[in-house]
Amino acid sequence: MEKRKDISRRNFLKIFGSGIVTTGVMLYGCSSPKENSKDKSEENNTNLGDVPTDKMTYRINPTTKDKVSILGYGCMRWPAKENAKDDENPIDQEEVNKLVDYALAHGVNYFDTAPVYMRGYSEKSTGIALKRHPRDKYYIATKMSNFSDPSFENSVKLYKQSFKELQVDYIDYYLLHAIGGGSDCIQTLHDRFIDNGLINYLLKEREAGRIRNLGFSFHGDVKAFDYLLAMDVKWDFVQIQLNYLDWIKPLGANIDAKYLYSELRKKNIPAVIMEPLLGGRLATLNEHIVKSLKEKRPEDSNAAWAFRFAGSPEGVLTVLSGMTFMEHLQDNIRTYSPLEPVSDEEKELLNKTAIELLQYPLVSCTNCEYCMPCPYGLNIPGIFKHYNKCVNEGNVSESAKDENYAKARRAFLIGYDRSVPKLRQASHCIGCNKCVSLCPQKIDIPEELHRIDEYVEKIKQNKL
Amino acid sequence: MLKTVRVTAAIIFFTIISLLFLDFTGTLHQWFGWLAKIQLVPAILSVNVIVIVLLLILTLLFGRIYCSVICPLGVMQDIFTWFGGKAKKNRFSFSPAISWLRYLMLAIFIICLVAGVHFIVSILEPYSAYGRIASNLMSPIYDWGNNLFAYLAERYNSYAFYSVDVWIKNWIVLSVAIVTIGLLFVLAFLNGRSYCNTICPVGTFLGLISKFSLFRPTIDTTQCNGCGLCARNCKCSCIDNKKHVIDYSRCVVCMDCIGKCKRNAIKYKLRIDSGKKAKNDEGKPEIIDKGKRVFLSSSAIIAVSTIISAQEKKVDGGLAIIKDKKARENVTKITPPGSPSIKHLAQHCTACQLCINSCPNDVLHPSTELETFMQPIMKFDKGYCRPECNECSSVCPTGAIRPITIEDKSAEQIGHAVWVAEMCIANTEGVSCGNCGRHCTTGAIHMVPPKEAKSEEILIPAIDTEKCIGCGACENLCPVSPLSAIYVTGHERHRKI
Repeated sequence: MEKRKDISRRNFLKIFGSGIVTTGVMLYGCSSPKENSKDKSEENNTNLGDVPTDKMTYRINPTTKDKVSILGYGCMRWPAKENAKDDENPIDQEEVNKLVDYALAHGVNYFDTAPVYMRGYSEKSTGIALKRHPRDKYYIATKMSNFSDPSFENSVKLYKQSFKELQVDYIDYYLLHAIGGGSDCIQTLHDRFIDNGLINYLLKEREAGRIRNLGFSFHGDVKAFDYLLAMDVKWDFVQIQLNYLDWIKPLGANIDAKYLYSELRKKNIPAVIMEPLLGGRLATLNEHIVKSLKEKRPEDSNAAWAFRFAGSPEGVLTVLSGMTFMEHLQDNIRTYSPLEPVSDEEKELLNKTAIELLQYPLVSCTNCEYCMPCPYGLNIPGIFKHYNKCVNEGNVSESAKDENYAKARRAFLIGYDRSVPKLRQASHCIGCNKCVSLCPQKIDIPEELHRIDEYVEKIKQNKL
Repeated sequence: MLKTVRVTAAIIFFTIISLLFLDFTGTLHQWFGWLAKIQLVPAILSVNVIVIVLLLILTLLFGRIYCSVICPLGVMQDIFTWFGGKAKKNRFSFSPAISWLRYLMLAIFIICLVAGVHFIVSILEPYSAYGRIASNLMSPIYDWGNNLFAYLAERYNSYAFYSVDVWIKNWIVLSVAIVTIGLLFVLAFLNGRSYCNTICPVGTFLGLISKFSLFRPTIDTTQCNGCGLCARNCKCSCIDNKKHVIDYSRCVVCMDCIGKCKRNAIKYKLRIDSGKKAKNDEGKPEIIDKGKRVFLSSSAIIAVSTIISAQEKKVDGGLAIIKDKKARENVTKITPPGSPSIKHLAQHCTACQLCINSCPNDVLHPSTELETFMQPIMKFDKGYCRPECNECSSVCPTGAIRPITIEDKSAEQIGHAVWVAEMCIANTEGVSCGNCGRHCTTGAIHMVPPKEAKSEEILIPAIDTEKCIGCGACENLCPVSPLSAIYVTGHERHRKI
């Protein structure tokens, strides 16, 4: 009966414009206290029912016995303010608080940030939001981002800064940030952590209890990964990139997820997963692929498939998702409350999906913005995002003779100007190559930009 | 009835001509571009004999219908007058023509046209005056409206609308437009068509012909009771109801008087019978006199046309003159492909702003220099002359920018690029760039190692000026700003490469 009542109310809302703010407010005002305590989402969301608060899957950290939620909150994509000035904190703190409260209330307890995220404001905002909750209710992960100046003094300064920004006296998970970059990854590794004595300092901090778990995040050259694992250091966890696309084929130079994961398993090191969704790329899929997934599980979102895949391996401690929108948070909570591991049959389907995905000329950008700001003002992730969107929507034509060429051309060009201002488009890339070493996905950014620019030029001139 | 026909036709013409100035997609021009080309002065400047003859015949047959229907500035004044009529009824009265001023203005106009004092021509020419009003005052509103739709379309993931930049192309032209519309509003609101019958050279010229128009409103003295209602509603102030005479040189055949007359004493009819019956000895010499004048003025027009085309012939062939390459400022103006030369553009353009408004790449700007006042010049700060576009050449009604195909355009040299070594980031920052070379539409820029090569990778642009057409892609896409390290300097005369 209860359920029926709910549905009819929802229908009522649908008729009178659900999702309109005023309706939400009105409803809030006149609903009973019991309903008030329920999820807000239930009022403005689909008919999937409540977002569960107590069904989250947890994994146990073998070292500290932390009970970590399989869904971890990536703090790299906090909602931005509408008109933030350049020198101002770009994060909408009120929204962050809302998201953090909601996440905690639904069992999410792992928050991953870094000093460099969100133009350097992520730690501060995350700290403000979490400070409003008891310290034992959440785990904080942050990183040593000493890319520009790896001196010991600066690194320690950065480390201490994190405590201040996050307003904590211990850090649950501390990572050496982005291992595997640089032209010589081993040399870079030595410069950043070993030769300057930083690693010893951090190990002492772990002994002192200010770092509860020490690990590293890995992007790039696998030599660095092997090198660190072979070192005489006990790594409490390692953060790797894993998703069903990287599982079958390394997208960049060396991101072979299957290898990374199995190496960690051998040593019984828990894996923290990043890029389970490839910066949203596995959420916006080609129509054809979506259909095949929907046939299997009609109610699941595309993202849910990716998250289930990433969370299924037992050695995974938590799967990070940079959730900007409440809807994404809710969707992910649903997926993991509880996690239903992917079956072998489903794995096979995802495998096939990945092979199919690789046939599209997508740029493997995850919108991490490590390449930004481009010294020449380009919006690199914006350009790639638009291009990928058009690839997925079938708006990138092979030839002017294509059936929907005219429509695709219009959608591509108008959409391009909409998503990226003219002065920030690929045509302004001079190929200085400053971004190349910054990309954790190892994309040859200038080459891709020039390829896209050539395509734009061709369709503008109708000479495809 | 006749008034309804006139009003309907005027509204249709006026709306479409206005939309020509507002539509930035170029679709309307394909269908209605001819509406700009049947304007009298543009037709004369483009030596469009067919249009000129047709307009003369039209006027000779029916009077100054041109002024009531085809001329957008005239219709705009009618709209203002209509508002004036709402405020105060029956407010006009007969006034004699200020002939000295009319013919003086016409003479000034013709002299300026021949002598090449373009800014006076541009200011007096009615169609262009309207063009400036439409493109400077109406198009921002239209564009903002469009941008609103584009915003909504974006929300609904539709590509039906796309937003455009709204920017003031030139403050001076904007001021000219504001002054024009302000002046015309006051004049038309209070005095109807006084501008058309005193200042406007086209009105005066057509008035010379319309005096002899076959069809004309005629007062039937047997029916007229001299109430003067017609005169008090004549926006041209050309009905002398006491003498029962209409000054046909000023009458724009708006047909208002016909409807106003309660006794049906005014009829629009063939001139012959009324002329023979009503007029006797007095009329004859006058007619001859006027005939002479018509002949004179018509031949003057044709003379203007021939003079213009003759001048153009004189400069055919030869090599393009390239101005000082050292000067960073563009000493030589860049004019759009299709205009054979700067001189040709200056002589033929009436500064209607149609091309400037329809340029989808924001390349065309109105000039502020006196000799080319308000005429289009190219600047590559906001965009460059895209290889797939020939919009300006297809909209130009005066033949200042002649129609040019995309293929011909890619081979018409309007200028050439100049590299400023000391500004190029290859030299200043030691960065390999090559963006100019990468985007050169004709492959005229070669990236070569500098003489004293510091690094093998850092190349500098070398421009093949024979191949460069001056499209401005290099200048627009050069990463150095505000002044680009490579820029286009225009050519006085365009040439095929």
